[in-house]
Amino acid sequence: MEYFLQQLINGLTLGSIYGLIAIGYTMVYGIIGMINFAHGDVFMVGSVVSFIVILGLGITGGSGSFMIILALALVVIIAMLIASVYNWTIERVAYRPLRGSFRLAPLISAIGMSIVLQEFVRIAQEGRPKPIQAVITGKHELLHRLTEGGEFIVTISNMQILIIISTLALMAIFTMIIQRTSLGRAQRACEQDQKMASLLGIDVDRTISITFILGAALAAFAGMMFFLYYNVTDFFIGFLAGIKAFTAAVLGGIGSIPGAMLGGMVIGLIEVMWSAYFSVEYKDVAAFTVLVIVLIFMPQGLLGKPEVEKV
Amino acid sequence: MSGPVKDTSVSSEQGAISWFDLVKDLIGTAILTMLILTPIVTFKTTMNQGVLFIEDRWVQSLLLTAAVVIGRLLLHLFVWHKPPSTAAAKPVVAKAPLSESLAKYVAPAMLAIAIVLPFVLHQVPSWDKRGIDFMITILIYIMLGWGLNIVVGLAGLLDLGYVAFYAVGAYAYALLSTIYLPLWFGPGVVPWAFYIILPISGLLAATWGVILGFPVLRLRGDYLAIVTLAFGEMIRLVLINWFSFTNGPQGINVPKPTFFGLPFKDEPGGFAAFFGIPHDRIYSYIFLYYVILVLALITYFATNRLRRLPIGRAWEALREDEVACRSLGINTTTTKLTAFAIGAMFGGFAGCFFAARQGFVSPESFVYIESAMILAIVVLGGLGSQIGIVFSAIVIMGAFELFREFGAMGHAVQDGLMYVLPDAVVSGIGSLFTGTFGALYGLLPDAMRNSLAGATTGMDPIQFRMLAVGLAMVLMMRFRPRGLVTRRQPTVFLKERKSVSSDLVAEGHG
Amino acid sequence: MQDWSKDPELRVQHLTMRFGGLTAIGDLSFDAGRKQITALIGPNGAGKTTVFNCITGFYKPTEGMINLRHADGTEFMLERMDDYIITQKAKVARTFQNIRLFSGMTLLENLMVAQHNMLMKASSYTIGGIFGSGKFKRAENEALERCKYWLNKVNLMDRADDPAGDLPYGAQRRLEIARAMCTGPRLLCLDEPAAGLNPRESDELNKLLLSIRDDHNMAILLIEHDMSVVMGISDHIVVLDYGRKIADGTPAQIKVDPAVIRAYLGVEEDEDPGENIVVAAAPAKVAKVSVPRVVVQKRVAKKPVVKKGGRK
Repeated sequence: MEYFLQQLINGLTLGSIYGLIAIGYTMVYGIIGMINFAHGDVFMVGSVVSFIVILGLGITGGSGSFMIILALALVVIIAMLIASVYNWTIERVAYRPLRGSFRLAPLISAIGMSIVLQEFVRIAQEGRPKPIQAVITGKHELLHRLTEGGEFIVTISNMQILIIISTLALMAIFTMIIQRTSLGRAQRACEQDQKMASLLGIDVDRTISITFILGAALAAFAGMMFFLYYNVTDFFIGFLAGIKAFTAAVLGGIGSIPGAMLGGMVIGLIEVMWSAYFSVEYKDVAAFTVLVIVLIFMPQGLLGKPEVEKV
Repeated sequence: MSGPVKDTSVSSEQGAISWFDLVKDLIGTAILTMLILTPIVTFKTTMNQGVLFIEDRWVQSLLLTAAVVIGRLLLHLFVWHKPPSTAAAKPVVAKAPLSESLAKYVAPAMLAIAIVLPFVLHQVPSWDKRGIDFMITILIYIMLGWGLNIVVGLAGLLDLGYVAFYAVGAYAYALLSTIYLPLWFGPGVVPWAFYIILPISGLLAATWGVILGFPVLRLRGDYLAIVTLAFGEMIRLVLINWFSFTNGPQGINVPKPTFFGLPFKDEPGGFAAFFGIPHDRIYSYIFLYYVILVLALITYFATNRLRRLPIGRAWEALREDEVACRSLGINTTTTKLTAFAIGAMFGGFAGCFFAARQGFVSPESFVYIESAMILAIVVLGGLGSQIGIVFSAIVIMGAFELFREFGAMGHAVQDGLMYVLPDAVVSGIGSLFTGTFGALYGLLPDAMRNSLAGATTGMDPIQFRMLAVGLAMVLMMRFRPRGLVTRRQPTVFLKERKSVSSDLVAEGHG
Repeated sequence: MQDWSKDPELRVQHLTMRFGGLTAIGDLSFDAGRKQITALIGPNGAGKTTVFNCITGFYKPTEGMINLRHADGTEFMLERMDDYIITQKAKVARTFQNIRLFSGMTLLENLMVAQHNMLMKASSYTIGGIFGSGKFKRAENEALERCKYWLNKVNLMDRADDPAGDLPYGAQRRLEIARAMCTGPRLLCLDEPAAGLNPRESDELNKLLLSIRDDHNMAILLIEHDMSVVMGISDHIVVLDYGRKIADGTPAQIKVDPAVIRAYLGVEEDEDPGENIVVAAAPAKVAKVSVPRVVVQKRVAKKPVVKKGGRK
């Protein structure tokens, strides 16, 4: 039971990260109907940038907590800014000119862009994983029980608390943006019908750009959290995390933001539970299996709407 | 700077840009490029004795930014704001018949070149083995491209996990030839292993094609792409982790193929000894070259034949409109599965050959990037076009190889020049170069000079080749999304065979 | 008993189709006579295309039976069959409201694809075809002859080697009919074949359909809004409104049927000038119009939007 609780906490932490990335997939898919294959790599860029900034600022776990908070705020802003610039540029350079081109074109362009980002970071920063000392340390014991079988402890680290709480906060802000602002309205209108939206005076290009920027900012935040959680990053983390986050987006129902978060949590839990109870080696296989099963048997996802084939 | 800009604004009536807008645009570009480059290029993190350091490279990122800005300026001046007449005047219609009349001769000519190529390369002493080996690689990719073309180009099913079938073929050869065939039939069978396993590997891959194809039948488009990608990765992960069966990431050493039982070894009973010629490793290369050439040609002719049969026409109809297919009584399930199976089969053949030629297999060779490369070859070739795939495989793999050869080629050219030109001239040119650059270099401030030296060392061209492939994919989609060969040949005709512009050809639902 | 009910080619009984809470077709029964042209008419959104989709197997009906009986007595229960099997075995062919041709393939190829099942069998499921068996060659020549016949019949012989996507609209409609005929059907279902045709073209269409009925002994089921076509060639008309049958009879009977007039002219509806604007704002639909259609559009606009969703 304690073991399960511990895994539950770990799973929710990982799930938060997947959920944040998944929002970017789900929004882009909702608005322009393509898988932004490079989105996982934007997450990676966010992670690498926060690594560089943290290293540059020289903060470690030993710095005072005020310094750490100040520094991390700076890191968040820089990582979000840079990742947004990346995603904005990608959309401008690789996707926008292809709008209205044949249907495979944006997908292939996105695959190319994903390769470009990975290789760019690998060449510029070398391929080796980049480890640092933990910046945010400390943990709290939730349960401590001594039995005949041994000592059972359930802990939650400060980092885990930070990830889960900040994810929930971001989600709340984000849902507000989508539901309450004119930007959110424009976005939902573009999802329904781009041509009609533009006839009604919505700047479709701008709305799509902003979608990419918002998605990138969340991915960068996830990247930073991922880095602080595992204390290591490299150029290749975007591939797997990207696919898992995409699975989360589909599982939750593509186009649905709460769905993306829910899907992320489910995928995170499945991955952690699978590693805990079955085998660590096959955890990615488990994630892929979930992807396949979800796409085949419930492509509309948990919170999505079913589609009727039109003849 | 304002001079030439003014000129263009005068010379071109339409699409002109005022110098103010131009400067604004360039400043925007510079800021954007700096933002993109600053964190990742400017601050390089290096590990030194277990401690990470940041080393800044402002010079490189400034130079790169300058390059981007100048590039954009040049595009503004010479490409984007040209008078529209030049672009519109190009006769688009006249191009097609010309290329079509040529197209008839392209395939036979290329076949002839392919047949004599080893003998030509044989005459180039320093390049014979490497050259033929490289040609073998290209042929493998052509064959894979043709195999994938059945699935993507004809049936319109986007498969991002094609490399899985390549892996199935390769591991079929590896496991059967090292373990099972000797176990079942004794070690005497090993020299013949390749010939026995080749058909088996194709069948196994086709079976996997059906197994993996069956669940994804209902999916289309991006979803199909990502599920096939997942399948491909799953197979690779199983190959890595199922240690007892596949030997995990360490891979398996496998026997090389023989010339119908005669090994290419310097020993009695070997190929050279049998024919009474001196032993040379080149024979093995030439043999492998013809094996893959034959396999590729089988793929080519089989596909061509299939296209003219009802099944092939059904594939193309499926790509055009699945609902209409069903309304005409076509079983789309079996049609899709046959496309998957036959495409996979050729992938399996290629995988078997690949394993035999390498003499070694490991999961490393079957990563997702390989699938993306094969897809890039098919798309650049022009979906559905077999000749186009030959060109694109040569272009992509050639470019790929160029990066590897850059260093070596530089030396080769230098050596060649040395050989042809008198020493004095060569050294003259050399000193001219070093003189000019040396003088410029001397003008730079110390810090910059040091970073420049740092920038150029440790930058191996081979590092950039995947980056180039990625960029090529993006640029290709931007400027030539329909690929090199953009016309579809009808499979049957009454009076004349008129090719169909690919603007009309659908690209399928998946 | 009407003559179409004596030995019907197609008998639809108590057909009901629901999408979620929406009933697109409710308890619909009608017969389509052998060697007759049966027209299915009704205002937009009446569920006509849904009936087609049920008959051709693209939708599985919620309730009801669809029986097809060939002249030789073989019977099929279409509601239990998959779409492609219906074409293959029960010999029902259809066209689509929004033309679905293989636009990147030539006219000839389009017609060859339609003969897929026959050719597959002749090529011994590809194996014989690969080695060029004589049986396959004979079958292929036969298929080509059939293509030529139908190309001549629809006046498209001189464009046989052009891509289908290059054809003008009217020709595409004719080609789609030819393609459906190449499957060798017993029942032909045409979804608005005259939509977008000019008067001369729809006149030609009438002749073509009559010839298919008379020379090929076919039963034709037709959805059409163009009343000149419907009244000119139908033997039997079934009128739907909101998924229910409101009238069933010969053209002469339908013309004077009070329920039909009410549905089409909206007698009981009170006129609201605001809604005419709604009609005008849907140019795509108004374009192919005859006078009663405009009124039909208005009635649809009056109903809640949910009514329209999920149909077709």
